[in-house]
Amino acid sequence: MKDKLQQLQKAVVESQVWKSLFRVGIPNTNRKRVLAVLGNVVLHLHPVKTRKSGVKMRYTWCAGGVTFFLFLVLTFTGLLLMFYYRPTVEYAFVDALDLREQVPFGIMREIHRWGAHAMVIAVWIHMFRVFMTGSYKPPREFNWVVGVILLVLTLLLSFTGYLLPWDQLAIWAIPVGSNMAGATPLIGTQGPGTALLKIGDIALVTSTDDARFGLLGGRFVGAGALLRFYVLHCVGIPLVAAFLMAVHFWRIRKDGGISGPV
Amino acid sequence: MATGEPKIISSASAPTPEEREGISRRRWLTAAWLGFAAAVGAGATASMRFLFPNVLFEPPTLFKAGPSSDYAPGVDERWKERFGVWIVRDTTEIYGLVAVCVHLGCTPNWLPAQNKFKCPCHGSGYYVSGVNFEGPAPRALERAAVSISPDDGQLVVDKGQRFLYEQGQWTDPKAFVKVG
Repeated sequence: MKDKLQQLQKAVVESQVWKSLFRVGIPNTNRKRVLAVLGNVVLHLHPVKTRKSGVKMRYTWCAGGVTFFLFLVLTFTGLLLMFYYRPTVEYAFVDALDLREQVPFGIMREIHRWGAHAMVIAVWIHMFRVFMTGSYKPPREFNWVVGVILLVLTLLLSFTGYLLPWDQLAIWAIPVGSNMAGATPLIGTQGPGTALLKIGDIALVTSTDDARFGLLGGRFVGAGALLRFYVLHCVGIPLVAAFLMAVHFWRIRKDGGISGPV
Repeated sequence: MATGEPKIISSASAPTPEEREGISRRRWLTAAWLGFAAAVGAGATASMRFLFPNVLFEPPTLFKAGPSSDYAPGVDERWKERFGVWIVRDTTEIYGLVAVCVHLGCTPNWLPAQNKFKCPCHGSGYYVSGVNFEGPAPRALERAAVSISPDDGQLVVDKGQRFLYEQGQWTDPKAFVKVG
């Protein structure tokens, strides 16, 4: 019996599939550990070695890790919500209600909503920690800039998601927020410098071709805006954010791991 | 290769780019990169243009609002939902107020009991005339151009033309229609 189990183990461990998945073998030496990290598409973004201070909760607060975890939670719950939610004026609001009342685990939408609030808070805490520990200083200044872009993307994700329930909050908040796009320099109707873009008496930038129109797909918040915000919320911004997150994590490694206490 | 004197290629034996037939590698690459950049630029422009549709399924900014005799004195809300305009008739004239709060762009409500427009977002208040008197609104509501159609005598409202109180434009003849 024991022989047969050992034979089976040998057959599994020496099979092509096993060797493709676990190329290095048991990582029992430093070299093998490094190779195991380097050879893994997910782990290779992560530093090969982490300082003791880097895993200290009191130093990092794990705020960046919490943010990434919340991003994964939001991606997964958001994907589930997409199976029910229809981004049209006719259905959006009732679908949002149905997600709570007619679907098993009606809490899924609440997890998505509260997770989104938590992620915004976690991003700020992460930024605060990085600032207070001076981790934005060279050679990490580039990663700080990437982080600031990720902060903006997080806020945009939060903003675009705000419209999707198509309730009173959304109806009032999004016109106010999207009016800011109209004040973009040169490409917003009310932005600085836009008045100069004229051919004769004809304005080049009008309310039907400016930045705000591109965002809303119309002159005011309507069906076009709902669909555009939905696509941006579910596909556009998450793709960009995921790419920049990969850069963000990889830069930590390239800049010598998590900064140590001063 | 052994070190020593650098090998000099005789210029007589190797053809210079000008001597070769056709264009040089450098020029070809420049042209190729320019072409590539132009193709990428055209693709990006086309993608941006794609976001701006040719037809807009929104209510027109200019519409006919029926004969002016339809309007009793006071604020009429029949076009607010569709066109975002209140038709107001006072003792001498009819004017159109654009139903967009000048603070941040919400839609105010008409409160008949309090005889004022009130924005639900941040509490801006306007008199029936459209002049602001409370809340964060920095100026009066905008008025749209109104006129009587020469064809059928209907009231014509044009949101494309706005008249601003703070610039003294409300006395413009296009900003109101005289009524008896």
